[in-house]
Amino acid sequence: MGFRIGVLALQGAVSEHIDAFRLAFELMGSTGQSSVIPVRNADEIPDLDGLAIPGGESTTISRLIDKNRMRGPIEEFEGGIFATCAGMVLMATNVDDPRLTTLGLIDMNVMRNAFGRQKESFEADLKIRGFDSPYHAIFIRAPVATSCGTGTEELSRIEKGIVAVRKGKHYALAFHPELSVDTRLHVRFLEGLHE
Amino acid sequence: MKLEELRFGTELLKRGFASMQKGGVIMDVVNAEQAMIAEETGAVAVMALERVPADIRKAGGVARMADPEIVMSIIDAVSIPVMGKVRIGHFVEAQVLEYLGVDMIDESEVLTPADEQYHIDKTKFKVPFVCGARNLGEALRRINEGAAMIRTKGEAGTGNIVEAVRHMRAIMGEIRMLKGMDSQEQIDFARDIEAPAELVIECARMGRLPVVNFSAGGVATPSDAALMMQLGADGVFVGSGIFKSSNPKIMAKAIVEAVNNFNNPEKIAQASRGLGDAMPGLDIHTLPEDQVLQYRGR
Repeated sequence: MGFRIGVLALQGAVSEHIDAFRLAFELMGSTGQSSVIPVRNADEIPDLDGLAIPGGESTTISRLIDKNRMRGPIEEFEGGIFATCAGMVLMATNVDDPRLTTLGLIDMNVMRNAFGRQKESFEADLKIRGFDSPYHAIFIRAPVATSCGTGTEELSRIEKGIVAVRKGKHYALAFHPELSVDTRLHVRFLEGLHE
Repeated sequence: MKLEELRFGTELLKRGFASMQKGGVIMDVVNAEQAMIAEETGAVAVMALERVPADIRKAGGVARMADPEIVMSIIDAVSIPVMGKVRIGHFVEAQVLEYLGVDMIDESEVLTPADEQYHIDKTKFKVPFVCGARNLGEALRRINEGAAMIRTKGEAGTGNIVEAVRHMRAIMGEIRMLKGMDSQEQIDFARDIEAPAELVIECARMGRLPVVNFSAGGVATPSDAALMMQLGADGVFVGSGIFKSSNPKIMAKAIVEAVNNFNNPEKIAQASRGLGDAMPGLDIHTLPEDQVLQYRGR
């Protein structure tokens, strides 16, 4: 079965997600039936099976979501959302920064820049629930979830907090799977879309 | 997960940080108040400076790294990344900015060079660097020294886009030429432009620079910013163009929107309406040669 995937193309690591989804399609043998496009207009959203919200600056992306009148269409979107780093911040119901208006699609409290500044950014091998070997994760000025509410599944936790969360078809990740060569998380997200 | 199992300051983290800036506008600021305006209007990062390039030109003399107090006050004021400039080759200024917690360092020709022979060995730092370039050879030499991001030099502080256009066309044009060459010709070309052969071959294969490529030096209007994006920039630095305009807040918002919608003339037109005066511009042909900043470093 094919997938129609969009990557929110307002700011940030858009092409990296597009490449990662193409690779995931290939591994799943669904390249012929599937497509991944950069999404710049609100009217492109309802037709998708899945939408990725990439890493970038959450303050900038949030402003551009409003400017391009995308907030309603994203909040009402019936497919799955694959949100990484800045995307995770935007998915939360609560963020430690009151200036930021989030989408509030996953019940969780998120702390921005939880590890500090760029020199504290790091790579690490993570245990992720459901994977039998560690996942090499890239954290860049990353957030964490300090708590998650009902209906959410915690997929990975480190000392600072929760770094991978699933809620139904939605995934929120504090790190950057689009920068790894490992597409297991993209594949798992895609598998969940037609369940 | 133990601390010793974590890896910091890797090439992937440095280039990854630069990737997160794509499609964004990075604004020069000289105090906390300007930094907050930049953040509020949608900047992806700010460049903390003592003076914007137009004022560095006016002041003359030796231009150096900003006072740590200015840098710290800007770091404390905003949640977006803060960058800082150091003089070409001045690795101790870079050590200081890294210590202060700056997220990216610009080894910049806008400041007076400290070393006319060598640039900083950027592989020695945990923090990523951005460097200016006028052509492919210069860009690849900087990447070989460890730069995680390239920007055109343009001609800073002039409000004149002509040099940024020249540099972006040079870089993109040389990469397009490379794609038509066989591997022997590519190696020969690498020798001509004084760049490492493996990086030249990588560019040919990818059809672009192996790191994020921004535009800088002369962006003064929303159309200037969109022009650079259409020529192939991944994002835009705006130096004097915002806080030397008559209405910085409106200009900042308009440039962010133009970069976001760089292929949409209707939205660029909307963003460009009623902005007030852009910064005063300079004709580069009237500058004495010792005041042309792009000739610094090679």
